[in-house]
Formats: sequence, C-alpha cells, structure tokens
Amino acid sequence: MIEIKNLHKSYHMGKNSLHVLKGINFTVAEGEMVSIMGSSGSGKSTLLNILGILDEADDGTYTLDGTLIKNLNEKVAARYRNKFLGFIFQSFNLINYKSALDNVSMPLYYQGVKRNIRTEKAMHYLEKVGLADWASHLPSELSGGQKQRVAIARALASDPKVLLADEPTGALDTKTSYEVMELIQGINDEGKTILIVTHEEDIAHMTKRIVNLKDGLIIDDSLVNQVRAKTEAYV
Amino acid sequence: MFNIERWQEIFEAIRKNKLRTFLTGLSVASGIFILVILLAIGEGMQNGVAKQFEKDATNRISVWTNVTSVEYKGLNPGRIIEMDNRDYEMAVNKNSDKLEYKSGVYSRWGQLTTYKKENGSYRVEGVRGDYQFLENATLVAGRYINQGDLNNFEKITVIGNQVYLDLFKGENAIGEYVDISGIKFKVVGIYTDPGGEREETRLFIPLTTAQRVFNAGNKLRSLAFTLIKHDNYKDALAASEAFSAELESDLKAAHTISPTDDRAVNVNNTLEKAKKFYDLNNMIRWFFWGVGICTIIAGVVGVSNIMLIIVKERTKEIGIRKAIGAQPWSIIGMILHESIFVTAVAGFVGLMFSMLLLQLVGPFIETEYIRNPSVDFSVAITTVIILVVAGAVAGFFPAYRAANIKPIEALRDE
Repeated sequence: MIEIKNLHKSYHMGKNSLHVLKGINFTVAEGEMVSIMGSSGSGKSTLLNILGILDEADDGTYTLDGTLIKNLNEKVAARYRNKFLGFIFQSFNLINYKSALDNVSMPLYYQGVKRNIRTEKAMHYLEKVGLADWASHLPSELSGGQKQRVAIARALASDPKVLLADEPTGALDTKTSYEVMELIQGINDEGKTILIVTHEEDIAHMTKRIVNLKDGLIIDDSLVNQVRAKTEAYV
Repeated sequence: MFNIERWQEIFEAIRKNKLRTFLTGLSVASGIFILVILLAIGEGMQNGVAKQFEKDATNRISVWTNVTSVEYKGLNPGRIIEMDNRDYEMAVNKNSDKLEYKSGVYSRWGQLTTYKKENGSYRVEGVRGDYQFLENATLVAGRYINQGDLNNFEKITVIGNQVYLDLFKGENAIGEYVDISGIKFKVVGIYTDPGGEREETRLFIPLTTAQRVFNAGNKLRSLAFTLIKHDNYKDALAASEAFSAELESDLKAAHTISPTDDRAVNVNNTLEKAKKFYDLNNMIRWFFWGVGICTIIAGVVGVSNIMLIIVKERTKEIGIRKAIGAQPWSIIGMILHESIFVTAVAGFVGLMFSMLLLQLVGPFIETEYIRNPSVDFSVAITTVIILVVAGAVAGFFPAYRAANIKPIEALRDE
C-alpha cells in the first residue's frame, strides 16, 4: 500500500539547514496498523506529512497504492489527498462553525457528491463512531473525545485507502484515549490501513507494528502483539 | 455561481461573522451612497442650470447700451448711449435671412398699475409680437401683442400671471382695463414664464404705444433676437457668436463708440453663456465621478483588507479544507464569491438608501442652481457593474493568497 525508498527531507531556515529525514525505507501492506514512534525532532511528523502529501520529499520515492507521488501540483495533490487519505489530527481540526454532520460530509462535498447522498453517508459514519445523536452539534459543544471521533468519521467519510493519525490521543486523557484507540482498532479490524504517529508507549502497543525513528533514521521496525483497548461502553 | 452548496457555505460564513461582514459592507455601502448622491447633485446642477436658461429662449441674443468708458474721436467718455428704431432696423435689414425672432424693447421700471382697488408697481415693457418667443412665455389666456396693435398704437396689455393674481385675484381679466401710470390699457392676454415670479411681474404693451405714452420718441432700451435654428450645437454657437460680434461692431460704428470700449454696448449671447455653464457643469460632473470612484476605491481597499484578515483568520480552516481535498480553485472561488456577494449586497443597500433619499428629498430641492437631483437608470446600472468589479478586485488578492496557503503550514498555525 505504502512504499517509500531512500526518503530525504531537509528544512532550510535562513542559513541553517536541518536534515530531518536521512534516508527512510519502509513499506506498509494493506490492512496494517503501524505506529511511528520517536522523540520530538526525530522526524516522525515530517514523515507523516510526506505520507499525507501535505509536504514533499527532497529525494527518494513514495508510492501510494501503486501511484507514484512526485512533483504534484496543488490540484492533483488535493485530489489524491481526497481520494487516498484520511487525516486525524492531534488538535482535531474541525471547522468550528459547522455542525458535526457538515464536518463529516466535507470531504464528500469536495468529491462532488450530491447533498442528500452526502448527508446519508456522513450520518452513517457518525453512527459508526457513536455520535449520531450529536450530528447537529457544533464542535464547541462536544467533548475532546467526541471531537476526535467526529474527526475520525470525517477521515473515514471519503473511504480512503489509508488513515493517517498524528498523535490522535495527544490532547485526550487516558480513558478517552483508550476509547478513541478502540474505535481506531475497530476500523483497522475492518481492513483499513492505519498509520499512527505517537510518542506514547501504551498507544503504540495498541497497534500491530512499531517503527522507531531517531534522528531521521529508522532504528527499529518490529511487529508487536496488539494490546486491545478496553471494551467499554461509549460515553 | 449557481452552486447551491457554495451559497450555503457563504451564508454560513457570513452568519458566523456578522460584525465583520457588517463593517465590510458599511464601507462599500457608504461609498456607493456618496457616489450616487454626488452624481445626483451633478444632475441637479444640470437641471438647475437648464432651468436658468429656460426662462428665455436658449439662443437669445440681447443688446443693451450703457455709458461710454473710452474717449473716441474727440468725444469724452461718460456719454450716454441710447439706441433707437434705426439701430433695430439696421440690424434686422442686414440679417433678415438669419433672424428667427426679433424685437426692440422700450421698458420702464416701477410703473404703478391699478385695477379697481388693487394696485402694484411693475415693470412695463413695450415690445413686438415676437417677444413672446424671445421670453419663452406661454399664454394662459387671451392673445399676445400683434402687428396690428403696433401699427395702431393700441393701448392693450399682456400681463404676467403674478400681476394677474395680484390685481385680479383670479377674477376674469381679459377685456378689463388696468390703469398704468394714469393711462387705461385693455388686458388682452395673460402669460406664464418658466423664469418664475420675477419674470411674471411684468406687463407687455405694444412697442409703439410705449414709445408714445412714455414720451420716448423712437428710443429703445434694448434689442432682442434669436437666430434661425441650426442642425447642431456647434454651428449654432458659431453663428450666434459671429452675429453678436458683428452687431456689436455695427452699433459701435453707428454711435461713434471706440471699438475697444467694452462698456457702452453689451451683447449678451445666451448660447455662449449656456455653453460656459454646460462646460462647467460637465467638469463638475467628471469631478464628482472622480470623487465618487475614489470613495469606492477606498471602500474596495477596505473590503480587500478585511478579506485579507478573513483569509488570515481562516488560514487554519483553509488548511483543513485543503487537507481533506479542497482544490485551490474552490478556495479562490469561495473567497471571491463571498467578497463579490458582500460588496454587491452592501452596494445595493447603499444604492437603495441613496435612491430613497433622492426620491424623498430630491423634489423639494429647488435652489437656484440645484433642482431635483436624481440619477437615471443607466447610472444605477453603471454603479452596479462598478460594484461587481469592485468586489472581484477586492477579493482577488486575498483569494490568491488563500489559494497559496500550504496546508501543512496552515495546520501548524495555532
């Protein structure tokens, strides 16, 4: 599903150049649930941004679902993001003046899906994350965990190949974190490929494979026994 | 444009940012308001000036004389120059093919005029039949002076509407006799003049009668002419100027006046004067357009500024939209659309307010130089076009900036 070879990325700040990724090689097969770990500055967020076509590598190749991602213009990049990827952010990044339902249906709007179908689909995903009753609420009326679940529903709405989560539990307490992870595990169980960037050990161990980054290089890449998040009723 | 989703997005964005939108709109609305009011005042000035020239025939040329101011051929300055019938005849004979209406005038100010117990002091003018058209007067009742009256020294008079109201209080006047300076004149007509009350407080009597009853011999106070109409304004003006100049030099020659004396003979060319006014008026109009457009530009800059702030404010949102698949053009469209919509609606409000004000107040404005300020349909359409263009211009730069926002930077923006 994801194949990257010899990926390099540097940031230039004035005269200083910061070599963040120094030759990353790694592949993710369909249906995998991988966590990318590393201390801050290890390059994990940069890697995720490149994977998410939000940023472009200086060197190396990135193939997503058989499509080479290189030198894309904004238009094509936007289309690929919409088609291939679903994003989950640490700070949720919901549009605060739109209801939960409208937030979830937004990727479908950009796909050109008709309104009634869009609403139907968005409602389906909201049900899936257990927030059907909150469809008409604004993000400001939801708790952190609920917001993240709306964000997950939004990420799923366009039926992407890969879900990319950047510290999805970073802003949540442990209990809520586990609930969100349980939801993500459920999605993975249905066959969706998921990449999670995290620096929390317990969250990482809820995935099936941990990739450890340090100073722009992969120092460890190993499969782990997945710890299931506790099954509890949704709040 | 007709994408309902886009409209929903815009209404949502506006609903969530009422104050911001209101302030944006206010600057545009006031810009349009000022533009329309200025244009209306320009129009009003045009109307006012037109009205000024309506009181007499627009191509009228009047001649009157004064004292000489320059020594000439041994004659001292300060000589009183008086015209007489010969001057009139000379001018008429020389230009018989050019003149449309013509009249010599012998007038007296402040003549006590009495009818029964009512009296008033009016200007009495001895004129020829053509004078009706030279004055642009319309008869309300009866007839005007004719050649027969002149030939027979008839003691008849055509009175102004105001004189009629003063003396007759609305009673029948035709056939009645009024007493002018002790002489009975039969009222044969009542006229109205677009020049208003001032022009209607006069009595016209036959020129020959006037010269006789006022013991004036064959003297004339002034001459009035109009030239035969030309097809276009330029020709008319040229003919009128040539005639004025020739008449002036002829009169000077006849009365032994220095050609350099600019006081002794006055030839007043209405057309020339009108042209000056219309030229001035046109300039004022362009000036008003200029000021109005500048006001709108200020409004546009304001809108542009606010839209930039909006883009800045919505950077993160735009980043999110891009991350989940928004195309750059859809972002541009969104900002541009909102900008045009806000400008257009606000502009319309400004337009409506100014129109309303003009409708309510305009007809009551009747000063000497501003009359019924209003704007016509084409001006309204022009301002609407200006609005849409202004909205597009105001939205363009912010939209361009928004489209160039990198999602990754936008998302990092907390």
